[in-house]
Amino acid sequence: MIRVTRKVEFSAAHFYHNPSLSPEENRRIFGKCNNPRGHGHNYVLEVTIAGEPDPTTGMVLDLKELKDILQREVVDRMDHRHLNYEVPELVGQIPTCESIAAVIWNLLAPKISQGKLDRVRVYESPDLFADCTSDGDASARGGRA
Amino acid sequence: MKISLTRRYRFAASHRLYSPKLSEAENRRVYGKCSNPYGHGHNYVVEVTLTGPVDPATGMVANLGELDPFVEREVIDVFDHKNLNEEVAEFQDGVPTAENLVRAIYRRLEKFPAARLDRVRVEETSNNSFELSRDEAQGHPAD
Repeated sequence: MIRVTRKVEFSAAHFYHNPSLSPEENRRIFGKCNNPRGHGHNYVLEVTIAGEPDPTTGMVLDLKELKDILQREVVDRMDHRHLNYEVPELVGQIPTCESIAAVIWNLLAPKISQGKLDRVRVYESPDLFADCTSDGDASARGGRA
Repeated sequence: MKISLTRRYRFAASHRLYSPKLSEAENRRVYGKCSNPYGHGHNYVVEVTLTGPVDPATGMVANLGELDPFVEREVIDVFDHKNLNEEVAEFQDGVPTAENLVRAIYRRLEKFPAARLDRVRVEETSNNSFELSRDEAQGHPAD
């Protein structure tokens, strides 16, 4: 099996606040990320598709098609948006990179027709990222990220 | 669906690769310039991957407000700007290769109480990296 990864970037604003917690608890748990005026990141999304190359094309999937899916499903939805207010899938959630990776996984999984969605990785910064994988794949791969 | 969180940390340290079980000539043959008796150093990068359920109240696998001070205390304070051979307990009787380093760091970080350690990866230089994942770590007794 071959894994193919496509990278795309988007920039967005967010902040962390759980209305069911007190203001003091929000500040304690979320620190400066709790600033209600928000802050932002240049997110980097890496999407990995696994599969066998088609014998005719030599491709696991058409990368142009994947690029269009990522543009439509992720970039158009999240780029230069406020994740707390403008992305319906994230409204009511704390928009951590864990949550964003899970939302992107759920957006992409039904759209991938060639190969199998293997991993969604969301970098919030070069030093912090979340991976979303399917349970089955994760155990088969020794749980590596 | 499985979610994991990865955070990268940095420290700088000196070391010397030298095994007392080998002769001087063998040390030079096996470790080359890394056995220079005066030592040398690296800017190490430690990549820590945690897994576990995402807490619905926080949206997090682990709160960096807890992870960062834990890694700071368990790894950065212990290794940063130190001589690994002389100042780190794990290498009093072992060679501070990055393979041994990644295992030592794994043992320290697997005590993190708030999420499950899934993998540790150590970059000794931008060209060399070493990783130990949970399944493999469990197959070896603690150092």
